[in-house]
Amino acid sequence: MTDLVCRSVSTVSIDALAGRLDFDYSPLELGNGRKNVSRKFSNRIILAVVLVIAAELVVAGLSADNPAAQVGTPAAKADDQPAYGDMLVRGSIGDASVLLPVLASDSGSFDITGMIYNGLVKYDKDINLIGDLAERWEISEDKLTIRFFLRKDVKFQDGKPFTARDVEYTYKIYVDPKTPTAYATPFLKVKDFRVLDDYTVEVTYGKPYAPALGSWGAGVLPRHLLEGTDITQSPLKRNPIGTGPFRFKEWATGEKIVVDAYDDYYDGRPYISRVLTRIIPDLATMFLELKAGRIDQMGLSPLQFTRQTETKQFKENFNKYKYLSFGYTYLGYNLKDWRFQDKRVRQALTTAINRDSIVQGVLLGLGVVAQTPYNPDTFWYNPNVKKFPYDPEKAKQMLAEAGWKDTDGDGILDKDGKPFQFTILTNQGNDLRKNAATIIQRDLKRVGIQAKIRVIEWAAFVKNFLDKREYEACLLGWGIGIDPDQTDIWNSTKTAQHQLNFMSYSNKEVDQLLDDGVSTYDRDERKKYYDRFQEIIAEDQPYTFLWVADALQIVNARIHGVKPAPAGLTYNFDKWYVPKPLQKYHIQQ
Amino acid sequence: MSKYILKRLILMIPVLLGITIISFSVMKVAPGDPVSLVTDLNPNMNEEAIKRIRDHYGLNEPVHVQYYKWLRNMVMLDFGRSFASDNRPVIDKILERIHVTIMINVISLLLILSIAIPIGVMSAVKQNSLFDRGTTVFVFLGFAVPTFWLALLLMILFGVKLEWLPISGLRSLNAASLSPLGQLADIARHLILPVFVSAFGGLAGMSRYMRSNMLEVIRQDYITTARAKGLDERTVIFKHALRNALLPVVTLLGLSVPGLIGGSVIFETVFAIPGMGQLFYQSVMMRDYPTIMGILVIGAVLTLVGNLLADICYSVADPRIRVSG
Repeated sequence: MTDLVCRSVSTVSIDALAGRLDFDYSPLELGNGRKNVSRKFSNRIILAVVLVIAAELVVAGLSADNPAAQVGTPAAKADDQPAYGDMLVRGSIGDASVLLPVLASDSGSFDITGMIYNGLVKYDKDINLIGDLAERWEISEDKLTIRFFLRKDVKFQDGKPFTARDVEYTYKIYVDPKTPTAYATPFLKVKDFRVLDDYTVEVTYGKPYAPALGSWGAGVLPRHLLEGTDITQSPLKRNPIGTGPFRFKEWATGEKIVVDAYDDYYDGRPYISRVLTRIIPDLATMFLELKAGRIDQMGLSPLQFTRQTETKQFKENFNKYKYLSFGYTYLGYNLKDWRFQDKRVRQALTTAINRDSIVQGVLLGLGVVAQTPYNPDTFWYNPNVKKFPYDPEKAKQMLAEAGWKDTDGDGILDKDGKPFQFTILTNQGNDLRKNAATIIQRDLKRVGIQAKIRVIEWAAFVKNFLDKREYEACLLGWGIGIDPDQTDIWNSTKTAQHQLNFMSYSNKEVDQLLDDGVSTYDRDERKKYYDRFQEIIAEDQPYTFLWVADALQIVNARIHGVKPAPAGLTYNFDKWYVPKPLQKYHIQQ
Repeated sequence: MSKYILKRLILMIPVLLGITIISFSVMKVAPGDPVSLVTDLNPNMNEEAIKRIRDHYGLNEPVHVQYYKWLRNMVMLDFGRSFASDNRPVIDKILERIHVTIMINVISLLLILSIAIPIGVMSAVKQNSLFDRGTTVFVFLGFAVPTFWLALLLMILFGVKLEWLPISGLRSLNAASLSPLGQLADIARHLILPVFVSAFGGLAGMSRYMRSNMLEVIRQDYITTARAKGLDERTVIFKHALRNALLPVVTLLGLSVPGLIGGSVIFETVFAIPGMGQLFYQSVMMRDYPTIMGILVIGAVLTLVGNLLADICYSVADPRIRVSG
């Protein structure tokens, strides 16, 4: 579950892109390393290094000759001035595939396009939408029309000005049936798109659609280079030109991608002159490169975070960051299965599973137990839902109340002569899930339920089991977007083949709440719907929510200006800098 | 001779056709398809959008039509476009990687030959000696040690601790600013560990093969004759025995021609080398049919050509063998 891919500002635009529910079945975890859409928004950012420094200052105060006091406090030095120059080397386990955001579907690509393109809006450090290429916007009284007022001082990296025509082209390319894009949905809801003048556009929706505004975070493409061409064959796929803080320089397939600071960026040239993304598919190798000082930033595994980076060398040269990722892992029950139709049974199963020990054992404590589909550190999370803490005795009672008793004395509960046995399916290539399944198996055995574990290759898993609804329970994860809309997973109309409500969950009140939520613009009012929605889901327990993992990052200590915020780490990537005396590389552009 | 070669070349056509049909069918039988990576469990996908993307790749047509279309382009040497989201011509994707793989494999093969042949010969000549037993242990160690593990240990020693060698990749970050000679030296430094690791694993096969050939040859009557007529041991071994023992190696070399373009995924992944192994692995995981087929066809052609070359070389090298045409 941990993000292995180093991120950049890009993730802002992916998430913004349609506010889609980014489902984190990440084939990365399946082993092909392509699509781990990294998530980075969170409230609970623990700036590990700040704590370390604080601790060391205390120690220094007590004993003046403690050498550790000199360690890692560059922020206090007088020469800590933002300066231009230097290069940041990031490690990435997957190469990009295409550098046009409309065509890309993998994090390797989004990590790069996020630096090169801007949307009309973006999320700030506290996950509020603010203007990017749009200076401001107005939403009509009936909540159907958004009018964007665009910045007039923006130039594409080839020197041509950015205008409303570029926005229009970008919209048209998303809704063009010939474009093989996975992100057309929010744009297809637009009823009318009008260019009012060179710097004003107006979009009208058929009905109020709360995720609409966020969807305009999609990267705006240069019309003058693309119009009239077949976008799937455009040279911009490998030589992108956008309006963003960095301009494309070089891409050696499977080896590295280089971008340079864009001098005429509307928000000021980024301090870092060059960002080089090295593609190193093996995390152990990448870690050695980090250790040897040839990589400045990468994502860590829980083991690397807790054990391997606790040395003096690492503490002196690197800062570690962790924050809750946007996504959760769950044990989902097939509600078509007679045994799981009884709510009491599902509640008992959750009570029987020691989720704290899973977080400790599987994530090495780097995460929290999940209770609802939302990230516990975000605005939308409802902490006051019914919880089912680990209590095997109580679980046995609850199962007995539901009619599950061990009548034949074989140690396995039974009802109507049938023993309580089922198979937990999970996908290949994700050891965290496999290990969690093993702990669950042990826990369930203690209450008299026999669980088997089956690990299946991803494509076969989806085609032969999920799509056909031929499973009993599955251990999977969802990535979630910034927008709280959860219709696709929980609405009772989303149970057709290929759709995501494959547990066949159906609750009229939930359907209504989700419909109300998606058409309400006011945040506080909208939250009421989702609060109630979480209460119902927690009560019904169609899933046993297992955990929300921490995203783990390490950055070389010479990079300053890294300010973790609810939005994660890299929202202010273009403001990161290396003070002159600490600069390592000399870059001539 | 030329008639024989022509006949063999013509016979290759049905074999190749068979290979492509089997590969294509097996590929299609595997669950999932290129679009499922984008469409599976994606809330923004409805049936219509899925159909649109499938149409774009021609996946809604019957399998035999898809095969026919692929074959028709293949005959014109058009490998088609990748189904991955980069949608680039398959031939570009292969060409940008193949030279790295060939370079590493050729160097490593030469290294294997230059070490394994002497080891094999000496082991056979001094059968059951300490040298024989020692090298046996050594080469089998190389054969048995997992590549990734050995690679990581060497990286830690030479890359992190001693800082003598780069850890991974093919070029230093500042490679572009080096002189042409400097760039060559830079690449050479990067190749030391990968080539060593890949050659170490390949020593066992070649040296054992050489040893058994040699053992067989030195028991032949003509070796006894050579010794009987008073030739010194050096001449007997290197002039009479070695040349005969080397003959079967030609076949082995012929068979290793397709291996030259096939990279190892594990090895390339650990060393972050953008080679053919990674490309093939990613293509399979993404069900990128045109790229998979492209690599398979090149591999099949090289295998057949390698076999043919081996046979031809054999008849040239060994006067006892004559092709009948």
